[in-house]
Amino acid sequence: MILFQLKRLLRNKFHTIWMIVALIFAMTLPVVLAIGLYYKASGLLMEQSFFSIISSKDWRPLSGHFGLYPFIISSLWVTVLALVIAGPICLFSAIHLTQYAKSYVLKVMHPVIDILAGIPSVIFGVWGVIIIVPFVSQHIAPLFGKQSSGYTIMSGGIVLAIMIIPFILNILIEVFKSIPEELTEVTLSLGATRWMVVKHILMRKAYPGIVSAFGLGLSRAFGETIAVLMVVGNVTRIPHGALQPGYPLPALIANNYGEMLSIPRYDSALMLAAFVLLIIVIIFNFISRMVIHRMIKVM
Amino acid sequence: MSGKPKIIIKDLNLHFGKQHVLRNVTANIPEKQITVILGPSGCGKTTLLKTMNRLTDLYPNVKLDGSIHIGNDDILHTKKDITEIRRHMGLLSQRPYPLPMNIFNNVAYGLRISGRKSKKYLKPRVKHYLEMANLWEEVKDRLHDSASSLSIGQQQRLCLARGLSVDPDIILADEPTSALDPLSSEVIENKFVELKSQYTIVMVTHSLQQARRIADYVIFMYLGEIIEQGPAKEFFNTPKQDLTKKYIKGLFN
Repeated sequence: MILFQLKRLLRNKFHTIWMIVALIFAMTLPVVLAIGLYYKASGLLMEQSFFSIISSKDWRPLSGHFGLYPFIISSLWVTVLALVIAGPICLFSAIHLTQYAKSYVLKVMHPVIDILAGIPSVIFGVWGVIIIVPFVSQHIAPLFGKQSSGYTIMSGGIVLAIMIIPFILNILIEVFKSIPEELTEVTLSLGATRWMVVKHILMRKAYPGIVSAFGLGLSRAFGETIAVLMVVGNVTRIPHGALQPGYPLPALIANNYGEMLSIPRYDSALMLAAFVLLIIVIIFNFISRMVIHRMIKVM
Repeated sequence: MSGKPKIIIKDLNLHFGKQHVLRNVTANIPEKQITVILGPSGCGKTTLLKTMNRLTDLYPNVKLDGSIHIGNDDILHTKKDITEIRRHMGLLSQRPYPLPMNIFNNVAYGLRISGRKSKKYLKPRVKHYLEMANLWEEVKDRLHDSASSLSIGQQQRLCLARGLSVDPDIILADEPTSALDPLSSEVIENKFVELKSQYTIVMVTHSLQQARRIADYVIFMYLGEIIEQGPAKEFFNTPKQDLTKKYIKGLFN
């Protein structure tokens, strides 16, 4: 009997311990990653300051100039454009699916969204090259009176938007489903129309969820590499509009790592690019968390 | 039948898909009294309440037959705008669901969406309805706090104030005290008794004691059918059906 109790106690202890270990592992991972990248980049950082590198437009690796500014700006352009396209689409789809559509539509949509989320990004890239790039070149650019090869920020944004739609949409559907139906009922009873319920009550109630969905989509879009790389042009220049080519950070790293490492400090520069990428994603997360926190307080 | 009927329900049948939830429900709900719909859980009392302002429209696969007359309208078949009809009925749900805004706006919302937006008009109205719900004294200094910062009992009174704000004729209450502590429940019950001089109140409950305390008219339901209905005194003192007798004695199940 005592043996049995002891065994139970030990088992309980054991499980508690490994849960703590797993937790510590998960929590320290990003920190370790950041430290590792910073360490690898330190070679370059000893010669130039962090801020001079990220604010410099000068990218001439052969003469030791590694300005990351054009890449950071390209990344922001593509990402923000993707969110601007995907955000409203996801929001309205989620509202329609959860508030207006018959329940079987949602049942059909779920696997469709999952399939969309599971498609390898290189396929989106190929599809972008075949469909989106010519479309941008032949239809969208002339619309603004411009000539373009189609390999532009715009193409990257569109492809990326389609890639993040399933992620954002999935979260938004859950967000809207989690709002109790009674809230809709009481608001209707006050003489509100369906649209008023959506606009005044559900959107407000869902606001933290919407922000976090967009924040997650943003982080995901920011790091997406291969599909963007295939359509965005990869020209080292600060883009001044969506119809110009760009060269986002992940594309820079993927294109050059392992290729150009004979050039001194090049690997350091790429590690720094990766470090910057990580930092920006963390900032996105942090900001969306702040917004959520503040919003929850107000409600 | 005591009093003039306000809501006349006739041969109402409701199906959720294949499930027959309400069976041939016929009842006259008297004006300016408290009508209590009584019965064990799952007997269709909440569904009956929700058909009265057509919240059943929200559910998929619902089939409704029969008629519900309020005034001159058969609300199930009317061509009138349903939001207009709903505006004449305040709803108090099982648990309080404050709107995601501050206390003041919770009460002002119903007025705002019906076009009365000026602060000058709203301020005294909000105060009036909060007073009616016995909440004004507790919240007058924190009107701009979030409604979810109130206790559950206060939230339910806030919901009552919100329901009254659109000036309904009818109050529909779905077990409004089931989530509340006894003290808050008493406040709501007393309020109902006070309000019945102005409003027709329909309340769903599964609490016999509550029904005994405040009901003027009782509808007893079981498995989607009305077993017995009548003025509260008759219902509790001289029940006619065996099922009712058993239920009142607490011998159910």
